[in-house]
Amino acid sequence: MAEGEKHPRTSFMRSLAIQKRVVGALMLREMLTRYGRHNIGFLWLFVEPMIFTVGVTLIWTAFKSVHGIDLPIAAFAVTGYSSVLVWRNIPGRAVGAIGPNLSLMYHRNVKTLDIFMSRIFLECIGVGASFFVLSILFWAIGWLDLPENPSLVVEGWLMLAWFGMGLGLFLGSFSMRSELIDKFWHPVTYLMFPFSGAAYLAEAAPPTVRPYLLYVPMIHGVEWVRDGYFGSHFTPMYSPFYLLSWNLALTFFGLVELRNARKYIVPQ
Amino acid sequence: MIRLENVNKVYKTLRGQHHVLRDINLSVEKGQKIGILGRNGAGKSTLIRIVGGVEQPTTGRLYRDMSISWPLAYSGAFQSSLTGFDNLRFICRIYDVDPYDKLDQVEDFAELGKYMFEPLGTYSAGMRARLGFAISLVVEFDCFLIDEVTGVGDDRFQQRCHDELFVKRADRAIFLVSHNAAFVRQICDKAAVLTRGVLSSFDDMDEAYNFYQEHAAE
Repeated sequence: MAEGEKHPRTSFMRSLAIQKRVVGALMLREMLTRYGRHNIGFLWLFVEPMIFTVGVTLIWTAFKSVHGIDLPIAAFAVTGYSSVLVWRNIPGRAVGAIGPNLSLMYHRNVKTLDIFMSRIFLECIGVGASFFVLSILFWAIGWLDLPENPSLVVEGWLMLAWFGMGLGLFLGSFSMRSELIDKFWHPVTYLMFPFSGAAYLAEAAPPTVRPYLLYVPMIHGVEWVRDGYFGSHFTPMYSPFYLLSWNLALTFFGLVELRNARKYIVPQ
Repeated sequence: MIRLENVNKVYKTLRGQHHVLRDINLSVEKGQKIGILGRNGAGKSTLIRIVGGVEQPTTGRLYRDMSISWPLAYSGAFQSSLTGFDNLRFICRIYDVDPYDKLDQVEDFAELGKYMFEPLGTYSAGMRARLGFAISLVVEFDCFLIDEVTGVGDDRFQQRCHDELFVKRADRAIFLVSHNAAFVRQICDKAAVLTRGVLSSFDDMDEAYNFYQEHAAE
């Protein structure tokens, strides 16, 4: 509860119902605003990330001979790039989410958390759907085999999505304190890409570098998803516990920062 | 009721702190109509944002056990790429009201015709204001916030606004900020004057009016 303000008591279940309704309304509003009703409309939500992934897959397939490893290259590309989208796009949508929506604060039911949640969920659905649709599509045209262990893929992806949501909440809240976040986040995502494990397997990294590389949380998620997809082709290296710890920490500090952030709300 | 206790608001600026509101104490009872008079820059908008819950006081407290509207006819939360109906639907979803129940009422009041289903970006200022006002009346609040009712719309529209707000909803509280003393006098039963962030309350409307005139230069 915001400092200096006393609300009439609202039961937890009622609050939950209000929040569900508000987040839903915000998601619909965001969807209509971003994609409109023209051409394929909200389908852009996952076609947009899909185009990226297809492009990357094609390029990597072209370089397959260079890799020289016996890997299902399409599956490698799809898992790799879909993972990047999760930790790059979700925080990308969350950073600076409050500014343009400040006027919504006049509606007392709308809280800052709702605005973050609506954007984060929407992006999550987008990248998740593009991953799913691409897997089916590439399977249908014979580019890749279905996952060896689908439940492991889902687990790994959900953990990675949670990481993206936690990071989004944290950076998004933090961006209200300092606009530098907005400036730095984009270059940082590019710089992090080589360390995220999207373009290689942990086992392919030099043994001297590998232990340090495994401090990067995203790599654990990618390896997890790939373990489920084509685990018999390589030696997966990941610690579910390590990723879980990151997720819990990011979510916790994200919520703490969100609580602080109300002070920094200054309307234009 | 709504009660502000020792509310202060300070903004940080490049040249040090800017003290916008100083030790504001104020209460609004159920059904009470209170008018805050102030010149430009006196802190009226900041005050309404604090009462409206958009901003937090730097120090002090705000109590409320009434539902408070967003500033009447305020269309800042509207999305101009969406249609009038989309915007109505969004507000209805947030407040758990069925938009189809209210559509007739809004169409009748806003008089947008087929533009109800066109993007807000294509509206004139008058159309936006009419829609904003119509949507404000979709949700039943205990207290309506009004920020500077200026001459929006023609006489007929003004008359309809007046009927909806002060006749049909005469039992509601009103929190009005304005620089128009005559309007405050006509509407409100209690007035206060905001000068350089300091609020002076008056029980008597004439006293408030005189005080405002005396400090008009500030």
